[in-house]
Amino acid sequence: MSILVDGNTKVICQGITGNAGTFHSLGCRDYGTQMVGGVTPGKGGQNVEGIPVFDTVEEAVEQTGADATMIFVPPPFTADAILEAVDAGIKVIAAITEGVPVLDMVRVYEKVRASGSVLIGPNCPGLITPGSCKIGIMPGYIHNPGKVGVMSRSGTLTYEAVWQTSNLGLGQSTCVGLGGDPIVGTSFIDLLARYQEDPQTEAILMIGEIGGSAEEEAAAFAKANVTKPVAAFIAGRTAPPGKRMGHAGAIISGGKGTAEEKVAALEDAGIVVAPTPADMGDAVVKAIAKC
Amino acid sequence: MKIHEYQGKELFRQAGVPVLEGIVATTPEEAVAAYEKLGGAIAVVKSQIHAGGRGKGTVRDNPDQKGVVVCKSSDEVKAAAAGLLGKTLVTIQTGPEGKTVNQVFVEAGCDIARELYLGIVLDRASSKPVLMASTEGGVEIEKVAEETPELIFKEHFDPAIGLEGFQVRKLCKKLGITGHAAKAAARFMPAICRFFVDYDCSLTEINPLVITGDDQMIALDAKITFDGNALFRHKDLLELRDLSEEEPSEVRASESGLSYVKLEGNIGCLVNGAGLAMSTMDIIKYHGGQPANFLDVGGGANAAQVTEAFRILLSDPNCKGVLVNIFGGIARCTTIAAALIEASQTVGFTVPLVVRLEGTEVEEGRKMLADSDVDIISATDITDAAKKIVAAVG
Repeated sequence: MSILVDGNTKVICQGITGNAGTFHSLGCRDYGTQMVGGVTPGKGGQNVEGIPVFDTVEEAVEQTGADATMIFVPPPFTADAILEAVDAGIKVIAAITEGVPVLDMVRVYEKVRASGSVLIGPNCPGLITPGSCKIGIMPGYIHNPGKVGVMSRSGTLTYEAVWQTSNLGLGQSTCVGLGGDPIVGTSFIDLLARYQEDPQTEAILMIGEIGGSAEEEAAAFAKANVTKPVAAFIAGRTAPPGKRMGHAGAIISGGKGTAEEKVAALEDAGIVVAPTPADMGDAVVKAIAKC
Repeated sequence: MKIHEYQGKELFRQAGVPVLEGIVATTPEEAVAAYEKLGGAIAVVKSQIHAGGRGKGTVRDNPDQKGVVVCKSSDEVKAAAAGLLGKTLVTIQTGPEGKTVNQVFVEAGCDIARELYLGIVLDRASSKPVLMASTEGGVEIEKVAEETPELIFKEHFDPAIGLEGFQVRKLCKKLGITGHAAKAAARFMPAICRFFVDYDCSLTEINPLVITGDDQMIALDAKITFDGNALFRHKDLLELRDLSEEEPSEVRASESGLSYVKLEGNIGCLVNGAGLAMSTMDIIKYHGGQPANFLDVGGGANAAQVTEAFRILLSDPNCKGVLVNIFGGIARCTTIAAALIEASQTVGFTVPLVVRLEGTEVEEGRKMLADSDVDIISATDITDAAKKIVAAVG
């Protein structure tokens, strides 16, 4: 078991004929993902190293039975691409694109939540069930099938966390990069509920960062609903207020969204918080020992 | 992207949001001419900087000179403009270093009956824009939020629909706005919400929003931040950008597709990915060092970007050492290693350099560095890297 995606998942790539779309579609296929097709309007009938290209997502779904997509289209067209995937009944949508206007996401968010689809991202590395299905841009080889569910608002910091859990022999069930934007399709809470239900997941590692209140909300949810061990790390303890730290979402404004508040909320919920990014794997070990 | 008050008010005017007459000036003479053109007895001279708190802010070395001055004669306007232009204004939002005043806005006075607060931001928790209004106008809203949050009233709205009539009525009831002023609010509030959406704002703040003696509702301030990701559909707004308000090294970085924030410490950081970059700063501090910056070279960093990143880091006189922390995903370690070698030849490293590489093509990348004559201290993991750079800068 795993969450969201597994070896049966059939994946298409929206924007497959662009540089990044091609590169990562092939990377995912090499990893073992069932890459069944791609979509680029106007390029239907072509193929990318054997992966068939369609003009619309609807057509791709009809022809291939795809149930997941990864989106690499440029930011002005990302909202539309997400809505097209929802319309075609795609179950898992990973929007990798960085730089989507936030009001576009306001528009999309409601529609996705009202549908049966799950949106991961935008501005995210994607998701991976190690050994079965990689949808996104993460380096596959650092992952090992195992028991930790990893979820994160950051990309490369997730790799760091995954690497540590792999080196400790824990492995991962499914790793999900939620995305660094103020509005993303899936929250920590959504995934906590899924990890709690997933038999393969024995512990959960949550990697947050300054800004917003997603970590505090997740802490409250975990306290009430999650019985599995949870560890966490918050990036940006030393970030000054008012300065945006790369991610559009990572900004302390009006004295809210500080790392201290988040760490306090997590610890109050019984979650083991790693003091430094080097201790994320150890924090999982401690959380497991504690339970 | 931020803009000045006078620019924001011009956009307000075009959008049908009531503002007062005003003219921007860059010299005391222009300010006097503006005052005379406005023709009223009272005018307000307002310093134009990209920071709030100007009314209470003062000019550095001259605490008697406030950032906003009410004037009743051309002599007073001249004195106020002369006291502000070219000077450094320090406010609660500028930090102690302050900001240089290059322009003043000379604005007509008005008969203020009430001062309110109005702001629109994106509420992340509900994933919708929210209009916030408060009876406590003219003061720091952060303070109100902390001490008397019950005095801030909120209405969420759908960007496609805008603010509904009943929402205005709810707000007016809570704010104690009645009669003709309520009618003015019924025009003003939906218009400002429409403005927020039409211009892809991430912040629109009016503090104070005033009700005049004759029941008009007028934006006496305009603090606007646009969503940088949406500027592609507002090309005309780019002309309003004032680069003199931004940190030069940050502007330079953004031109190269780098995300850079200057900080106070002495350890330069070059990292791929925002989360890892923040964490690298954190662990440097954990081990007793002080980061000189946040720098994210992005997921797909190329040689030109890494070289430019080194130029920016090394041009900071405070930088006494550099920590490179790369976890290769899209960015391959070999690309970073090649860029490091190239940068050492073109830029030249004058300070200790600690390098931690992991991820895609790491073995090849490490070998390239080992075989080169670049003088680096290599680190095995993130803790090792932080300890080594802290030790190297002493």
